[in-house]
Amino acid sequence: MSGQRIRLPKLMRMPAGAVGVTLLVAVLALAFAGPLLAPDAITATVGPPGQTPAAGMPFGTDFLGRDVLSRLLNGGLSVVVFGTAATALAYLGGVTIGLVAGYSKSVIDPILMRTVDVLLSVPALLILLVLVSGLGPHIWVLVAGVALVQLPGVARVVRTATLEVSTRAYVEAAVTRGEKLPSLLGREVLPNIVPVVLADLGIRFGVSVVLIASMNYLGLGLAPPAADWGLMISENRDYISLNPWSVLGPAIMLALLTISVNLAADAYARSLGRSLAAGRRRRAAAAVAAMPEPAGTSTGAQT
Amino acid sequence: MGEEDARRAVAAAPAPALAAAAANPGAGLSGDRPRRAFGDLAGRRPVLAFLLRRVGAGLGTLLVVSLLLYVAVQVLPGDVAQIVLGRTATPERVAALRASLHLNQPLPARYLAWLTGMLTGHLGDSTAALAQGNTVPVWQAIHGPLGNSLVLAGITMVIFIPVCVVLGTLAALRAGRAADHVISLSALSVSALPEFLVGTLLIVVFFTELNLLSPIASISPGQTPFSDPAHLVLPVLTLLGISTAFGTRLLRASVAESLREDFVAMARLNGLSESRVIWRYALRNALGPSIQVIAQMIQYLVGGIIITESVFNYPGIGTALVQAVLVRDPQEVSVIAAILAAFYIGINILADLAVVLVVPRLRTRL
Repeated sequence: MSGQRIRLPKLMRMPAGAVGVTLLVAVLALAFAGPLLAPDAITATVGPPGQTPAAGMPFGTDFLGRDVLSRLLNGGLSVVVFGTAATALAYLGGVTIGLVAGYSKSVIDPILMRTVDVLLSVPALLILLVLVSGLGPHIWVLVAGVALVQLPGVARVVRTATLEVSTRAYVEAAVTRGEKLPSLLGREVLPNIVPVVLADLGIRFGVSVVLIASMNYLGLGLAPPAADWGLMISENRDYISLNPWSVLGPAIMLALLTISVNLAADAYARSLGRSLAAGRRRRAAAAVAAMPEPAGTSTGAQT
Repeated sequence: MGEEDARRAVAAAPAPALAAAAANPGAGLSGDRPRRAFGDLAGRRPVLAFLLRRVGAGLGTLLVVSLLLYVAVQVLPGDVAQIVLGRTATPERVAALRASLHLNQPLPARYLAWLTGMLTGHLGDSTAALAQGNTVPVWQAIHGPLGNSLVLAGITMVIFIPVCVVLGTLAALRAGRAADHVISLSALSVSALPEFLVGTLLIVVFFTELNLLSPIASISPGQTPFSDPAHLVLPVLTLLGISTAFGTRLLRASVAESLREDFVAMARLNGLSESRVIWRYALRNALGPSIQVIAQMIQYLVGGIIITESVFNYPGIGTALVQAVLVRDPQEVSVIAAILAAFYIGINILADLAVVLVVPRLRTRL
């Protein structure tokens, strides 16, 4: 169970995984390096509004006459950064709650899990809209809201994994040694549930990106003149017939990001599934080999 | 967004009875008391007892959700009267609005008044309209959009179910072959996209390039969504694209699992024809999960419709909610959000009941 790392070569051997990882790396590189490569400032007017692609402006201008290419190159950073922040917060809260609930073996477990489950009983977007209605349309309200929405899923997975791991001998040994709860959870339990917990990191990041982009699209997140792929699509939507690229550009980038994340995550989950199954087979075979009667070998090979 | 909702539902899918227990935050405090309270009934009428427990759990959840919702929308912003009127309002006007909104009453009394109003059909007046000196009942503002949204969601579901069952079954039967890869990969890709992206891409294709369909699906006052059915095409296609992508993946998984069962192998070994094996054994046993998938998609539509309607300016409940959030109308936001939450929770309960009725095997777990 120790050290189930992401095996990149294995992931790359699956066609969907190879395409996903390559695309993802490309989009992320563009999002981070983009601001350095942009020819114009995101607020600079460089031509008439809605200018179609021309020399020096491969994607034309947006509804205010700003360079679409420059805004496209600048617009990925916020998507990636806020998506990452929301996902990280969700994991911070979810892992803590899941560990405590899974290990507690007391009334704390149902109390924590049922509380968290309330968040699952309404649509994610509804929670975000209600929060924004109460606290105002700020990007940090969105980040916290998306983290809140994703937290129950993480907590559930962590709780189940913790329940399984906490019955292992090395955890019982640590209890006998008299280790304190934080170090018990942090040093004995947590490292051993990492592969299970990380299995859907990619999908959760994708969901964070989609939710934040959707709220930005509704005009309830980042305020203009910020360059953000989600916001760019909604700003230029009514001027789509003037210069389709002002909408298509950010739409394609956002689509590439979410699709590549999902392809890579799906391939990773499958490769993990296979290696976990292989691990189970190995363990079963070893257990059978240790048995005195050789007759058991054939059943071991089948499981 | 759809992804998250679908994934949540997946987590709850395999064991409806467990999901039912998990959905009730109140019951969590008292362990398995509901089971004991219905102990006698559970012995004689397990399905009825399950129904009562499930509905009770749903109502409990709804109560907690309504309290959180009320606090978030009506209390968190601070002085609602000041916010709605803006900073330039005179203190007298603010005081007058505070009085008419009953903001001077203690919080529990305000929440109870709001809850009683929701339950008795008195949905209150739009706060934003009150601030401008008009009285617009919330019900008057939302009953039209509510109907429009039901039309949109209804049409989507009618097309969704057959398409999804065919594609999901096909992918499961051809597991590992070309057809499966094509269906599964495109489903995975489309389901990764937010609704506004799919809607926007459809607008680019059908309006900008082909000039076939209008990018705006607004309905003039006094007309119904059916006055101009062409307006419905793009919103329905958007919702359909994403929900089919999800549904296909979920159905493929449940049919594939069913095909791996021992009774399918036995049926084949007994020499039954492949079509009989598929129809009578595999698909029949994938029925329970399929009901869950359909329920999840209806639930998905509750969230998906909010964005999709906004993309096309379709005058539904989603557009109304976003508008209410934009103009900061706490009363309208809380009413619409409560209706959507109640619908969402209700679908969950109905799906659990339907599964238990359709798959008798599950009743042993009640």
